[in-house]
Amino acid sequence: MERVYANRKFIVIGVFVIVGLIFILRLFLIQIVADKYVLSANNNVLRYITQYPARGLIFDRNGKLLVYNEAAYDLMVIPSQVKKMDTAELCRLIGIGIADFIQRVQKARSYSPFRPSVFESQISRENYGYLEEKMFRFPGFFVQSRTLRKYTYPVAAHTFGYIGEVSPEIIDQNLYYKSGDYIGISGIEKSYEEVLRGKKGMRIKVVDVLNRDKGSFQNGKYDTIAFAGTDLYSSLDVELQQYGELLMSGKKGSIVAIEPSTGEILAIVSSPAYDPNLLVGRARKTNYVMLSEDTIQVPLFNRALMASYPPGSTFKLVGALVGQQEGVLFPETRYFCGGGFPLGNGKKVACHSHPSPLNLSESIAQSCNTYYCRVFRSIIDKKTFRTTREGFESWRSFVMSMGFGKKLGIDIPGELNGNIPTSGYYDRYHGKNRWTSMAIISLGIGQGEIGIIPIQMANLAALISNRGFYYVPHIIKAIGSKDKPNKDFQVKKVSLIDPKYFDIVIKGMHDVVEGGTARASRIDSITMCGKTGTAQNPHGKNHSIFVAFAPMDNPRIAISVVVENAGFGAAWAAPIASLMIEKYINRKVKRKDLEQSMITGNPSTSAIKVIDQ
Amino acid sequence: MRERRGIFEHIDWWLVILYLLLVGLGWINIYAAVYDINHSDIVDMHVKYGKQMLWIFAAVFLAMIILLIDGKFFAQFSNLIYGICILLLIMVIFSGKEISGSKSWFQFAGVALQPAEFAKMGTALALAKFLSLTETDIRKRNDLFLAAGIILLPTILVILQHDTGSALVFLSFILVLYRAGLSDKFLIAFVLVPMLAVLSLLINKFIIVGGLFLIAVLVFLYTKRRFLNTLIIAAVFLAATGFVFSVNYGVNHVLEPHQRTRINVLIGKEIDLKGAGYNVNQSLIAIGSGGMWGKGFLQGTQTKYNFVPEQSTDFIFCTVGEEWGFLKGSLVVVGLFVVLLIRIVIVAERQRSRFSRFYGYGVAAIIFFHFFINIGMTLGLLPVIGIPLPFFSYGGSSLWAFTMLLFIFIRQDSYRYELL
Ligand SMILES: [Zn+2]
Repeated sequence: MERVYANRKFIVIGVFVIVGLIFILRLFLIQIVADKYVLSANNNVLRYITQYPARGLIFDRNGKLLVYNEAAYDLMVIPSQVKKMDTAELCRLIGIGIADFIQRVQKARSYSPFRPSVFESQISRENYGYLEEKMFRFPGFFVQSRTLRKYTYPVAAHTFGYIGEVSPEIIDQNLYYKSGDYIGISGIEKSYEEVLRGKKGMRIKVVDVLNRDKGSFQNGKYDTIAFAGTDLYSSLDVELQQYGELLMSGKKGSIVAIEPSTGEILAIVSSPAYDPNLLVGRARKTNYVMLSEDTIQVPLFNRALMASYPPGSTFKLVGALVGQQEGVLFPETRYFCGGGFPLGNGKKVACHSHPSPLNLSESIAQSCNTYYCRVFRSIIDKKTFRTTREGFESWRSFVMSMGFGKKLGIDIPGELNGNIPTSGYYDRYHGKNRWTSMAIISLGIGQGEIGIIPIQMANLAALISNRGFYYVPHIIKAIGSKDKPNKDFQVKKVSLIDPKYFDIVIKGMHDVVEGGTARASRIDSITMCGKTGTAQNPHGKNHSIFVAFAPMDNPRIAISVVVENAGFGAAWAAPIASLMIEKYINRKVKRKDLEQSMITGNPSTSAIKVIDQ
Repeated sequence: MRERRGIFEHIDWWLVILYLLLVGLGWINIYAAVYDINHSDIVDMHVKYGKQMLWIFAAVFLAMIILLIDGKFFAQFSNLIYGICILLLIMVIFSGKEISGSKSWFQFAGVALQPAEFAKMGTALALAKFLSLTETDIRKRNDLFLAAGIILLPTILVILQHDTGSALVFLSFILVLYRAGLSDKFLIAFVLVPMLAVLSLLINKFIIVGGLFLIAVLVFLYTKRRFLNTLIIAAVFLAATGFVFSVNYGVNHVLEPHQRTRINVLIGKEIDLKGAGYNVNQSLIAIGSGGMWGKGFLQGTQTKYNFVPEQSTDFIFCTVGEEWGFLKGSLVVVGLFVVLLIRIVIVAERQRSRFSRFYGYGVAAIIFFHFFINIGMTLGLLPVIGIPLPFFSYGGSSLWAFTMLLFIFIRQDSYRYELL
């Protein structure tokens, strides 16, 4: 009778087949249709470890190592892989609290749950040892080695700049950078970032469920090698740089020294300075806050590139050159000085006492204000110009051709334009074309609206020493190897001043040192040419300025020195410039007394009596 | 000698080859699942594949012995075997060794044996014996209760060992009863009740009750308007409504929170990748990442690096899916099981002896239930119930029990010629 139920075998077989088909359908869906499982599988086992290349080294012009790298270790986290673990143990190992731990993981998660973020940067070598052993107990965490910048000499911090973690804005714009990467933030580190950084590599590792390393993925088939950054050969003379910073200690101001024949920067000092090693590693953030909050010293401010001053009497050199070029000034042109240049409203531009009348070279040596007011008027009001405006525009284009009023284009970030006012500016101030040479007469003696930055002053000295041309000042002379010159700075920039007009100006500058305003800074063994200046400072004591080059016949160094609140140019700037020149050319300074008084002296309280201007 | 040759002549080679294929593939995947580059010696007794290799040899030896046993033996001694199994199940409750929460193991000379595995075979034998008696009619209430008793006695003993997975397997014998003439209603209820339970958790219970009422009204309209019919319809409707409410209440108020979570994860109401859903999610990742062709032998990263739990036992199918892919792995293994099950049914149907036929159905039912629950769990279709995949999963007890189960059937089949 159970034969009656024999047909039930079909039901039973049917159940088996249907279950089999459901499984096959399900398998088809997860193995072939869906691709999220492949991604999840890779997330499970593959760890993409960035191989950070060593950053390029930086050498000085004599091959001395200036900037190098030191190994450091970052603790990284991949939030999606953080599982239940002994959190307290990890916190104890790196010395943070539980609340901090949770907050950091949250922060990393908000960047990306699947990509690594820095959890704790630059852990000590000792902690790294502990961590390495226990790493498998902290799923989602791993240690990433990277390099820290180190500086052999605690100098030129503004120039080197610093590196730091890349900002989210840059990550959004630039595909190369990932969270936790380091990038040059200022100085050479910023401007040569792409050269210095090298190329990151990627190693793909396989890990098991406990996050233990199981070797490289497919024998490293998909790994990419990191390429070390390119070394840079700086034009800096580190001894001169050190000496400059020593001379400027306790003072505010800057020194820029350039090799005139190439535009190479030999030294670039901004004072107050700081030790570049302060902005490295874990302490970077606190030190940075400390430095940036110092509103009195403003140590992070790079005065050599970012401070704009009225150039004062140093600008008379420009007047002398433009005047000759315009054909209104000749070596034997003499102007009478009666203690000043009358402005016609009862006031006058004062001048100090000196023999009168002076010729062109004597006017430079004695720095006569009256002389250069008259030169300026003769330029602007030259008969061939129909309007003041036309004269002014002509003057301005000559001045601009000497590297003023716009960025020179040097290879350190942050450079200012400086300011040579436009006729539009005076139109706005006085009304359209309702201004005369008398209204803007202060430009003739480098006062008023004019703004020059120290590196432009040094460049002027280089241009005069070269008799009419300059190379854009730059700090990196070769990239990769000493004999691979930096191609960006090989173009000779020629000014609109005919070379023949320079000799008389150079003679005047020579006289400045030999018997003029800066005779106290004369160096026996070197024929130096210079010009003093005093920048009017409405906020306090005037700024002391000096531009110079040496030797006179075969110039090897052109320099500008600005000492803020130090009074006349001859008081502080000229002696410091002369010491720098002596140091660079003779490698040794004989004038120890002067050197000592400059290093230890305090310009704001000094009583050294020298001839004004 | 003549007789012995005769035995081997009449063996169903289909079943033997399917058996050997499954055991062989199982071993290869166990090897891959626990493979470690530092220990690749295949007979190393310290690793699972080395042990499993030994157990396979023992199982083959066991199979040959079974084939040599007299054909009448199992029918004659089925009640005794059942009795011994019951005895062992009772003993293990008192003197067994506890392994991962279940007190269901005997330890003999370094080999752990699980009586529950063998009790399935004993129950299949005893049930077949009972159903094969000429006076038995499963449609009679007394016989149904007796059959149910044969099944429920070991089931309860296994539940007492906290081995719910194995206990559930005994439910599969309903298939044998069905073949013996059990009313369709039982089988339908067997399918519909779990469905209703899942629905009552997923959908608002009042909507379900409304739906049930609608069905009841429709059934009422299309049946003869007799008082008795109306009464039955009303009773079934009320019972179903009560069931819906009690499932809801049970899950939300009686179950422990972690059990509730497990159920909610399964029916898709909750996503919990860290807790209850972790195993299944990792299992799906392993299988899913195998794709069409698989990652290749020993190349499975998810299983090899232990992302999948219990990968050599309950989750062995992950290795198949990951390393061999859809075409070479999933289709082959699922296909082999379905073919094996169909072959068992076909062979069972050709038996002259009612005992052999019902025993064959018992074998099919047990293997099917394991296959259904194990792969269903691995694919995230069923709750995580830890029972092994027959012939495939690592473990001596399970392999030997399934080997005995199948080869007793092969022996019964070959015996049918001796009955001539
Ligand atoms: Zn004068």
